[in-house]
Amino acid sequence: MASTQPKLQPKPGVAFLGMPAFTEAAHIALGDDQLRRNLGRATHTIRDKRKRVVGELDDWQDLRTAAAAIKDRTLADLDRHLEQFEAAATAAGATVHWAADADEAVRISLEIVRAHRATDVIKVKSMATQEVGLNEAFAEQGIRAWETDLAELIVQLGGDTPSHFLVPAIHRNREEIRQIFIDEMGSVGRPAPDDLTDEPRRLAEAARLHLREKFLDTSIGFSGANFAIAETGTLVVLESEGNGRMCLTLPDVLVSMVGIEKLLPTFSDLEVLMQVLPRSSTAERMNPYTTMWTGVTEGDGPQEMHVILLDNGRTRALADNTGRQALRCIRCSACLNVCPVYERVGGHAYGSVYPGPIGAILNPLLHGVSDEHDAALPYASSLCGACFEACPVKIDIPSVLIEQRAEVVEERAESGRPNAESLAMRVAAWTFADHRRLERAQKLAGKTGPVARHVRRLPGLLGGWTASRDLPPIPQESFHEWWRRTRGEQR
Amino acid sequence: MKVSIFVTCLADTLFPDVGRATVTVLERLGCEVDFPTAQTCCGQMHMNTGYARPAGEMVRSFAETFAGAEAVVVPSGSCTGMLRVYGQDVAPGVHLPPVYELSEFLIDVLGVTDVGAKFDASVTYHPTCHSLRLLGVGDRPYRLLEAVEGLELKELPEAEQCCGFGGTFALKNAEVSSAMGEDKIDNALSTGAEVLVVSDSSCMMHLGGLLGRRKSSVRSMHLAEILAAGD
Repeated sequence: MASTQPKLQPKPGVAFLGMPAFTEAAHIALGDDQLRRNLGRATHTIRDKRKRVVGELDDWQDLRTAAAAIKDRTLADLDRHLEQFEAAATAAGATVHWAADADEAVRISLEIVRAHRATDVIKVKSMATQEVGLNEAFAEQGIRAWETDLAELIVQLGGDTPSHFLVPAIHRNREEIRQIFIDEMGSVGRPAPDDLTDEPRRLAEAARLHLREKFLDTSIGFSGANFAIAETGTLVVLESEGNGRMCLTLPDVLVSMVGIEKLLPTFSDLEVLMQVLPRSSTAERMNPYTTMWTGVTEGDGPQEMHVILLDNGRTRALADNTGRQALRCIRCSACLNVCPVYERVGGHAYGSVYPGPIGAILNPLLHGVSDEHDAALPYASSLCGACFEACPVKIDIPSVLIEQRAEVVEERAESGRPNAESLAMRVAAWTFADHRRLERAQKLAGKTGPVARHVRRLPGLLGGWTASRDLPPIPQESFHEWWRRTRGEQR
Repeated sequence: MKVSIFVTCLADTLFPDVGRATVTVLERLGCEVDFPTAQTCCGQMHMNTGYARPAGEMVRSFAETFAGAEAVVVPSGSCTGMLRVYGQDVAPGVHLPPVYELSEFLIDVLGVTDVGAKFDASVTYHPTCHSLRLLGVGDRPYRLLEAVEGLELKELPEAEQCCGFGGTFALKNAEVSSAMGEDKIDNALSTGAEVLVVSDSSCMMHLGGLLGRRKSSVRSMHLAEILAAGD
């Protein structure tokens, strides 16, 4: 592998630190041949498998409609469902906390850990805790958070950041993983065996032995939740490896950080969502481990249970008429796997724990578009619509992207900075407002045709075209002219 | 049947042969073709770049220009999609005449799959995203191509993957756009076909530009041009 190729190496944190905005990050990612091969192989495999298991269901489209309707119904009445959840969970022995933002969620988490004088916590794979930068905040306070999901472990040991919801180490191949285990496991616990190969079975066994010690030695577990049931106060985690079951049952104390959009009104709503989520994420009919728990059960499992309900921009998204549908997201990652842009640049280029098409709309919804990273994301799409087609909760990602582009344009106009794009759009709109102007422009273009034929490189934004593509020859006669010449004015 | 064509600003300016081919096919099938000369653009570029207001004005101007038309035929899936799917969003309450993408019109309205074309070459077809996903044209273009005399249709691997054009995406994220297009070209070349057929001038401009830069002997052509061939 050409080691001279620059790589995207974001440092873990809330927004990946030190990352350029999308276009530049994509440039670096596209130059990384190994990354492109790893991504191409992985996304194609999951994509094909998903298509097969979805194709088995005659009522797939009805399930999508039902899943979207359940989430919309919940979001329309979210405040009531949240209070109902709080009451039910509290009655079952849990302590419910409310976190308006990342700082508050971190502060609450730290207080719980400090109250137990703990130095280590074990973690189930969780997007919410990554979103608030929990591991990094803990590290600053001398608390070590151990990821137990196999791929998250790879990412953590590699000093890396996840690049996919479901397969956080999708950018790594087996040989890279073997090397990370050999180099890093020993310094934080049980080392990898000396004769470790890159066979999946051997890699999984090395992780199992390494993690087993953590499960048995650590008394506080952290998790997220896939669903939170308002009527019963129940939390639900779906996983594939069984490490989640360990984290959720072995520690004395369990803390679950849950985005407020994870609510479902009733237990029976799971019937629909449990059909669409595994098929859309791991391309399985059913995931291997589903853990559900309601508060504390005496003598069984953790005896102290906390739920941190996280807003962190979600009510901002809820207020957005078009964008609100993004809160239906169940983090299945089907949109990442089918996205032609994600396939080529990977998750790190999006500069957020939420990459891919859903990340491209979710980040601007949660934070607005005043930051250059967020403002670049709505443009990280060819609007091909593959994401919308695959989404199990029918999020119309292309329409939200278009709306967010309008927000970026507006934001830029308000800042008063002149820019080439808005000028070009104004000129184009003026030209298209009257066919006589368009016809004059066409005539002029036709005259430049013989010269344009030799143009290989255009300046400015148009240079993006000629860097890789020839310009089409400009015809001497437009269709308008041809029609007038051959048919005359019919009307 | 009386048919109005909306040639699209791009074909009008850069690919007039696509417009002429559309006229040829429709007239061969007995349609009386009209071209309202006041037409310009559907507004898609403006809407997709974040300029909804001028896009709305263009949709209204389109509605005015084509008011009373029995059927408007467009040799573009994405411009048809813009008008049909997004027209009301940018121009609320606008009254649009029935707008059809070419393959929809030929098969659904005229009820024809064999349009009487003759084209002696092997081709492969890239189903453009907006035809496929915004309009759901399905296998209509394939049925039309299969009925062309002398034409050999080769299956394109990864056919439903976007070619990477994406309007201003091709400029703003030019490198990703080109990477997607290069993969599409590789897949097209792997079929051994002599012609890469698309149903949108915009995708054709992008793929044709990439083929040209590679100095490939494979040509990109619009579906309308294939269906018009043989006269």
